[in-house]
Amino acid sequence: MKQLMRFKINGETVEAAVLPNTTLLNFLRDGLGITSVKRGCDEGDCGACTVLINGKGAASCSMLAAQAQGKEIVTIEGLSKGGVLSPYQQAFVDEFAIQCGFCTPGMVLSVVALLDENPEPTEEEIRDYLRGNICRCTGYTNIINAVHRAQELLKEAE
Amino acid sequence: MSVKTMKPFEYHAPHSMEELLEILNEYQERAVIIAGGTDVVPKLKGRVLSPEHVVDISGIRELSYLNYDEKEGLKIGAALTLKQLEAAEVVKEKYPALYQGCTSIASTQIRNVATIVGNICNAVPSADSAPSLLVLGAKVKIESSEGERVVPIEEFFTGVCKTVLKRNEVVTELQIPVPEKGSRSVYYSHTARRALDLAMVGAAVSGRVENGVCKEVRIGLGAVAVTPKRAYEAEKLVRGKMITEELIDQAADCACTKDCSPITDMRATSEYRREMVRVLTRNGLKEIAGL
Repeated sequence: MKQLMRFKINGETVEAAVLPNTTLLNFLRDGLGITSVKRGCDEGDCGACTVLINGKGAASCSMLAAQAQGKEIVTIEGLSKGGVLSPYQQAFVDEFAIQCGFCTPGMVLSVVALLDENPEPTEEEIRDYLRGNICRCTGYTNIINAVHRAQELLKEAE
Repeated sequence: MSVKTMKPFEYHAPHSMEELLEILNEYQERAVIIAGGTDVVPKLKGRVLSPEHVVDISGIRELSYLNYDEKEGLKIGAALTLKQLEAAEVVKEKYPALYQGCTSIASTQIRNVATIVGNICNAVPSADSAPSLLVLGAKVKIESSEGERVVPIEEFFTGVCKTVLKRNEVVTELQIPVPEKGSRSVYYSHTARRALDLAMVGAAVSGRVENGVCKEVRIGLGAVAVTPKRAYEAEKLVRGKMITEELIDQAADCACTKDCSPITDMRATSEYRREMVRVLTRNGLKEIAGL
């Protein structure tokens, strides 16, 4: 039986009747049409389904929508404001840290959480933090550069 | 690509221990507990598990804690996430093997929601936190509506994904004593990839060496038997002895021949796993001895 659940998604309160046996990933994609949240491995191993929950990265394929009730969920749509890319997204564009783009939404969200937790990470810390986001184009070098670029852009914006 | 679907179930999110124990008592084997859900949700999708009730304990405030004091040691509540555990200075400082074991698990995204108690309740032989808990003398506090009991971690695992937990019971706390003065501990996870990979072999060693004599030693192995386990035979060889490179080689040899029974699977062959038990045990003992 569907249960009435309440979430805050990209700043907006969302109330929906959801079956308890629904993953957060399926709810976001099929229920709300937020298809930037990718279904990759569907087992918590690839990071393409990453969303921010209360500011922390989480694998939306490996949790129930019910577990995210009452929490603040951010997908890539929640980053840009008024058509202007956030510094994190702009950094990926500037450094050409995108190839096929499938891992990009999850990757960018992980970078948001990383720089929030650790504003000046070393390369080793970046690689360790992002180890849960797999880029099958293997474009990691530019992604690392994008993290440093995001640090610069965030400083400039201060 | 087909999307895996779960069988229908009812979702419960109790807010207190009292409420939780009542729910477990009512639904018994028809209920499955989740904290982060990172192990259970994939099993629900694969229909390895198909419970009628899923009970989420992450909202029980009284289970989300980490306490340390010089008498009682470390106490970890069942709702504490791996990331929260790693962030505690006392864990890094006093229980290095535990810190290394927890940070070896999966990825940031998983460790933000997953718990160490969930890692042991899932009870896979390769659980990265288990060898460290074995060498640090951890105990598992289990509660039910009938009362509570405390089980040494050595007795907690009974088989692949099997534990001593009865159907109305829940693990509420891990207890780890204060490490003896001068003791050290270390954990190695041997994987093909650096991340998001299960250990082919995991090995933890703890101990205390004074003036070259091994006063205490424990060796814990993962992924080389049906449960994570102590390497008692190898421990016996070194405990109380003058520790030398030769003795360490003998102990490592013993650990890989007598203390494990690895299988061959897609990750590694049985022979390779044995060889890695030798290497990791040797490295661990050297680390403990400062050699």
